[in-house]
Amino acid sequence: MLLSVFKKYKMQCGLIVIASLIMILFMATSPKTFLRPQIYLAFLSTVPFIGIMAVGITVVLVSAEIDLSFPAVMAFAGFAFATGYEFTGSLLVGVVMACAAGAAVGTLNGLMVTKIGVPSIIITLGMQFLIRGAVNILAGGMAKSMRGIVESPVFHALVGKVGGVIPAQSLWWLAITVIVWFMLFRHKFGDHVLFVGDNQETARMMGINVVRTKTLVFIAMGILAAFAGVLNTCRLQTWWPTMGEGYLMMVMAAAFVGGTSMFGGEGTILGTFIGAFLIGSLEAGIVAAGLSGFWTRFVYGLLILIAVTVHAYLRKRE
Amino acid sequence: MSLVEMNNIHKRFGEVVALRGVDFEVDDNEVVGLIGDNGAGKSTLIKILSGVFPLTEGEFYVKGQRINPNRYSVREAHGLGIETVYQERALGVKQSLWRNVFLGRQPANRLGFINVKEARQQTEAIMREFLGFTGGGVSPDSKIRTLSGGERQGVAIGRAMYFEADLVVLDEPTSALSVKEVGKVLNFIRQVKERGKSCVYISHTIANIYPVSDRFVILDRGAVAGEYERKSISESELVDVLTHHAVKAEQESKTPPRGG
Repeated sequence: MLLSVFKKYKMQCGLIVIASLIMILFMATSPKTFLRPQIYLAFLSTVPFIGIMAVGITVVLVSAEIDLSFPAVMAFAGFAFATGYEFTGSLLVGVVMACAAGAAVGTLNGLMVTKIGVPSIIITLGMQFLIRGAVNILAGGMAKSMRGIVESPVFHALVGKVGGVIPAQSLWWLAITVIVWFMLFRHKFGDHVLFVGDNQETARMMGINVVRTKTLVFIAMGILAAFAGVLNTCRLQTWWPTMGEGYLMMVMAAAFVGGTSMFGGEGTILGTFIGAFLIGSLEAGIVAAGLSGFWTRFVYGLLILIAVTVHAYLRKRE
Repeated sequence: MSLVEMNNIHKRFGEVVALRGVDFEVDDNEVVGLIGDNGAGKSTLIKILSGVFPLTEGEFYVKGQRINPNRYSVREAHGLGIETVYQERALGVKQSLWRNVFLGRQPANRLGFINVKEARQQTEAIMREFLGFTGGGVSPDSKIRTLSGGERQGVAIGRAMYFEADLVVLDEPTSALSVKEVGKVLNFIRQVKERGKSCVYISHTIANIYPVSDRFVILDRGAVAGEYERKSISESELVDVLTHHAVKAEQESKTPPRGG
């Protein structure tokens, strides 16, 4: 029984081993930092931005598509959030506007990919520039200060400290991960995503609406990026037009390190969760271990290459 | 009343004419062998029948009910009892057996969440009853890519049997199968007939199609080129008829088109 569970989740088990080894390495090299809870609480306040979008990109990858526009969507939705708050004084209105903005870009992405038939890597590359450009034009290149949001209970629900300790965004990350897992592996919609990503022609012949399924996947990605944008804006109490830059590679890396394939039809939400934690905590770990920041990218590269090699090996043996 | 009646069916894909006025009928409890060369329009015809493509022109009735081509879909075809087995092409190879068996009609609650336990149990029952998978390391959670060609075929067929189709359409089911596995497929067709259901069986291989079919319909370049009851034609005569069409088609394709 235990063996069969291990077999089924061997990829995730392998990943947990890698993650544990890295953490042990960090604990050995800088016990002062890594044997105290503060560093982990710091991770919990910054990793969720990567984690939430990585869960979204995992679903996009499972559908055999890709989305490069989400960092720009993060900024665009953050702008909608800040603007909504500015005009109404309500953070809730801002959140709704942000999610609507994310959903709108997702709809556009999805319809262009499915209806025009241009590969999503190209459509979303174009969209990424378009949205980033639009945000800069709309904001005149200026940041927006979110003064006074600390007083709103919505602020505390989004990025406050639960019990005075745990950053609320980490609980959002956890909740989103669980919900997306259920939607992907236990809901009819997820079943359709798996088959569409596995073989689009098969899915169509079995009566799955491919256009609708893919469009909904892009919409979900848009909303998740928007929500990450909202959280990020709240955390720093400022919105700025280059928000999201730098997240593209981190988020992709989290999904790939987690063991999700490029080719669609399969993916792992638990893997992505661990992958996001690894990618998100590496930089702090490296610096705390006394290596210079220059090492960060080198170690990222090493981790990604090792992880994907292990995954490929495990997949081949299946 | 016929189970399926298709009159004067045309199908165009842009400039390409795939079907030009096909009449096709399937009676209750009848096995129809649909024969023709590659590109004769067999697959197009059955994709229209099973709701994958809409027809361009023509009339189409199932159980006496007129089909609206704009609204007809795979789901509606399932609802009318038409199941199509596109052999292994209709399976998601990276997905588990149970997901494949229940694709498109998962046992789910009102919110759309799948009852995985029930799906696994029923898949196991299907495996025992229809597929003869007993032990052998195959479970409802096995991925399709770990199964052999014949086992994959079995999954697609078992799915159709489980859902009690009135009409089972088998698209080229005998290609890429071993002799023993072909025997299983033919047995399946006999079972369909014994249960009082109908079948459309599409194949190139006359030796397979002849003994199980009640009637043969020959398609040639998008039109019906002949229709024979099994009683009225022997296997070798049927082969001759097909060879005749194939030779004619080749000759015509070599003749330069007349006119401008």
